[in-house]
Amino acid sequence: MSTVAPSETPPRATTSHARELNRWWVVKLAVMALLNAGLLYAAYSALMVQEWAILGFTAVLLVVVNWVYVSRRMVPAKYLLPGIVFLLVYQVFTMGYTAYIAFTNYGSENTIRKDQAIEQILRTGDVRVEGAADLPLAVVRDEAGDLGFAVVVDGVVQAGTAEEPLEPVGGATVGGNGAPEEVPGWTVLNLGQILEVQSEVTALRVPFSDDPADGWVRTQTGSVGFQSSPRYSYDEATDTFTDLTTEVVYTPNDRGFFAAPDGSRLTPGWPVTVGFENFQRMLTDSRISSALLQAGAWTFAFAFLSVATTFFLGLFLAMTFNHPGVRGRKVIRSLLILPYAFPGFLAALVWRGMLNNPYGFINSTILGGADIPWLTEEWLARFSIIAVNLWLGFPYMFLIATGALQAVPGDVYEAARLDGASAFRQFRSITLPLLMISVAPLLIASFAFNFNNFNLIYFVTEGGPNIPGHPLALGETDILISVVYKVAVVAGTKQYGLAAAMSIVIFLIVGLVSWLGFRQTRKLEEVL
Amino acid sequence: MRRGIMIAAASGLTLALAACSGGGGGEDPTTDDATGEETSAPAAGGTLTIWADELRAGPLADVAAQFEADNGITIEIVQKNFDDIRPEFLAQAPTGEGPDIIVGAHDWTGELVSSGVVAPIDLGATADGFAEVAVNAFSYEGANYGVPYGIENIALVRNDGMTDASPTTWDEMVEAGEAAGGEHVFLLQQGDAGDAYHMYPFQTSFGAPVFATDESGSYLPELALGGEAGAAFANWLAENGSNGSGILDTAITADIAKEKFANGEAPFIVTGPWNISAFTDAGLEVSVLPVPSAGGETAAPFVGVQGFFVNAQSENALLANTFLLDYVSTLEVHTALYESGGRIPALTEAADAIAADDPIVEGFAAAGEVGVPMPSLRQMGAVWDFWGTTQADIISGDASDPEAAWQTMVDNIQGAIG
Repeated sequence: MSTVAPSETPPRATTSHARELNRWWVVKLAVMALLNAGLLYAAYSALMVQEWAILGFTAVLLVVVNWVYVSRRMVPAKYLLPGIVFLLVYQVFTMGYTAYIAFTNYGSENTIRKDQAIEQILRTGDVRVEGAADLPLAVVRDEAGDLGFAVVVDGVVQAGTAEEPLEPVGGATVGGNGAPEEVPGWTVLNLGQILEVQSEVTALRVPFSDDPADGWVRTQTGSVGFQSSPRYSYDEATDTFTDLTTEVVYTPNDRGFFAAPDGSRLTPGWPVTVGFENFQRMLTDSRISSALLQAGAWTFAFAFLSVATTFFLGLFLAMTFNHPGVRGRKVIRSLLILPYAFPGFLAALVWRGMLNNPYGFINSTILGGADIPWLTEEWLARFSIIAVNLWLGFPYMFLIATGALQAVPGDVYEAARLDGASAFRQFRSITLPLLMISVAPLLIASFAFNFNNFNLIYFVTEGGPNIPGHPLALGETDILISVVYKVAVVAGTKQYGLAAAMSIVIFLIVGLVSWLGFRQTRKLEEVL
Repeated sequence: MRRGIMIAAASGLTLALAACSGGGGGEDPTTDDATGEETSAPAAGGTLTIWADELRAGPLADVAAQFEADNGITIEIVQKNFDDIRPEFLAQAPTGEGPDIIVGAHDWTGELVSSGVVAPIDLGATADGFAEVAVNAFSYEGANYGVPYGIENIALVRNDGMTDASPTTWDEMVEAGEAAGGEHVFLLQQGDAGDAYHMYPFQTSFGAPVFATDESGSYLPELALGGEAGAAFANWLAENGSNGSGILDTAITADIAKEKFANGEAPFIVTGPWNISAFTDAGLEVSVLPVPSAGGETAAPFVGVQGFFVNAQSENALLANTFLLDYVSTLEVHTALYESGGRIPALTEAADAIAADDPIVEGFAAAGEVGVPMPSLRQMGAVWDFWGTTQADIISGDASDPEAAWQTMVDNIQGAIG
C-alpha cells in the first residue's frame, strides 16, 4: 500500500521520481538492460534450436516487460508482473505439461521424436556385411563438388559418390597410412575439411557396386570405411518401413511404433497420445489399484500423524518456553531449532544408520545390544518413520507456535483466570482456538508437504520392509509418491505417462484435502 | 518528459544488444545446436562433450589433450556421478542437448538402444584386440553399441592371515571358515533389499540362470530362474538364513561387510576389485579365488563390462568415433584407466601385462573366466527389485515358504516384463 500511495499524490504532469536522472535511474536502467539482454538471448537461443513456443513466449514477455516498466501508468502491473511470470513458468507450465504427458505413452521406448526414430531404425539396421574387412578410405569430392569416398579394395583405389557406385580410378596413389592420397579427377579432403562436413560424411553411403545386394560403403571415422548393408528401407511417401530380406512391411500404429501385420514392431518408437489409458490403468490394473489403495491409506495416516505429532510437541514446547518463569529461554529455544537447521535428507540418512538392527547406534549402544527391528518390522518401521519426522518437524511447529502465542493478548487469560478457568480449560478454550486461526493454514500446508514427503521415506526406509511377494515389489512404508517413483520410474520400463497421471491424481487428492481444510479455517475465523 | 523514456529505452536496448552479441559470440554453435541435421554446424574447432565419472575423467583428460592437439578441436569432459549418467543421458539425449560420448556399463545397452539414444559403432579391426566377452557384451540385436574399456566381476576374497584354505564348495568354505575362528564364517553383502548381483554365483551353481540363452550364448527374454533348480536355490537360501545357519544375513550391508572384513572378523567375503584397496590399506594380506559352488554346478558370477557409448543425436559422430577407436582403445589409455579405476582392461594386451605381475588382478580374471555377462536385455531392469527383495525375504525368514516365495517372484517378474 505504502509503495503505491506516493505516486498518486504528487501532480503527475510535472516530474515523477521515476524520471529523475539520479543514482536510482542508473540502477533501474542497468536492471532493465540485463533483463532485456537475458530475454533477447533466450529468444535467440530458442530461434537457433527452432523451439517456436519458447521463442514466442520470450518475445511476448520482452514486449510486455518493456511496456510495463517503461510506461508511466500501469503502476500495479509493475508489482504484479514478476509474480505472474513466475506463476506461468513454474506453476502453470509445469502443471500443463504434466497433464499433457499423462495423456501420452511417453516412456522407455517412446521418448524420441518420430523423425529421430526413423533415422535410428535405419541407422541400427545398417550393419557391416558379414566378414567384410576394413577399407582404408579418403573422403573426396568430384568435379561437381559432390562428396564421395575413395577406398582401397584389394589394392585397387576405387571412388564413387552417393549416386555413382565405386569405380576403379587409374593413376591413384596410396599414402603412408594405406589410404588413397591422390585420386585423379577427385579432390581429396584433409581433416579440417572433413570435420566441416562431418555429419554429411557419416551419413554418406556409396554403393559398393551396381548390384544393390552388395550394400554400400560408409565410414565412422573418415579414415576407415567398410561395406555394410541396410536391413530396412524407409518409404517417405507411404511412411512405411520394409524389411529388405523378408519383404515384411512395417506401418506406423497408434502406439507410436512401426509394426508388421503379425504384431512385431521396430524399436524405438515415439510418444503418442493415448487418451485416458493411463488413468484407466490405475483402476483396471489390479496390481496398481490395490497398491494405490494400500499406500493411499498409509499416506493419509502418515501425513496426518506427522502434522499432529509435530504440532502438539512444537506447541507444548512453545508454551513451556513461552512461560516467563523458565530460565535460559533464549538458549533453549535456539537449541530446539537445531534439527530444523540440519539438512533434512542428511538427518534422514543418519537416522537410518542409527536405527539399523543390530549394528545401529540405538540398538547396539543405547539399548545395549537389543534386537529391535526398527526398520524391518512393518509397524515398527511406520513408527520409526513418524518418529524421525517428528524429530525433523517439531522445530518448525515450535517456531510458528511461539510466534502465534505472542499474538494472543494476555488480558484474555486474566479474564479467564478471574472466571476460575483451569489451565487446561484455558488451553482448550482460549489458546488453541486463537492459535488455530493463524496456524491452521500452515498445518494444511504441512499436511500437503508430508503427503508428498518422498525424501523422508526414500532415505529412511526406501519404502521397506518389503511386502513379501508384492506384484510391484513395493514395501510397507511406501507412500503414494514413492509408489509412483517405484512403479513408473525405477522399475525396468519407464512409464512417464503413467507417472504423470498418478501425480495428477495425487495433486487432486491434496488439492481436495487442502480445500476442505481451508473451508474449515474460514469457519474458525467466523467464530472470532 | 518523453525524452526521458526514449533515453531509457534506447540505452537499455543498446546495452542489451551489446551483452547479447558478447554472449552469443562466445557460445559455440555446435554445442547448443539441438536440431540435428537441418543446421549443419561448422565442426572444425568444434567441441566434443564427454560425460565421465570421477575415476575415468582423469585418464581421459590426458588422451583428450592429445586428440585436441592433433585435430584442433576442444574436448569438454564433464565429471558426473556414475549412477547419474544413465538417467540424465536418457532425459537429455532425445532433445539433442546431451553429450557426444558417455561412460557406461554394458547392461545399459538394452535400455539405451530401445530408447533410441545411442548410435551403433562398428569396432572393425579394433575388435580383435579386445577380450571376446567385452565385445559381445555391447552387442544388441545384431549391432554393436559400445567401445569397451574395462571388465569387472566379483570373486571370493580370502584373508590370508586367518586361513589358507582354497574351498571349491560351500561346505568346504563353511568348514574352513568355522575353523578360522572369526566372528563370521563368511560375509556376503545383502541389506534389507537384498543384493542379487553378489548372490548370483551361488544361484548359478544351482543351475538357475536369470534368463535363458540361445546356442550362441545370447540372452533371450525368457526367465530361467524358476523351476526345480530355482526352488532348490530358494531352500538353500532359507537353510543359510536367519532361521537356519545364519551365515547369510540381511543386516550385512555393503558397508558393514567391507568394514567387518577389513577388521579381520571373517576369513572370506565375496566382493569385487573395488574393495581390495580398503582391505590392503587395513593391513590385510588377501588372495582372490573363484567363488565356491553351493549347488554342485559352476558358480558363475556376472561379468560387467564398462565402455563408452556415442549419442545417436551427436553432431560430432565422426570425431566421437575417431576418438574412441583410434585414441582411447590403446594400450596406454587402457592401462591408465586400469590404474585409476581398478577394472581389468578390455584390451587383452593391456590386461595380460597387468595380470602378469599382479596376483589380485589375475585372481579376479580367473574367477571371471567362468562368469557370464550380465544380461543387457531391456527386461533386466524389471528383474532386480523383485529378485533382491525376494532373496532378502527368504533369508530373513519373512517369507516362511521359500519355494512358494520364489515362485511368486517368478510370476511377478513375468507380470512386470509382460
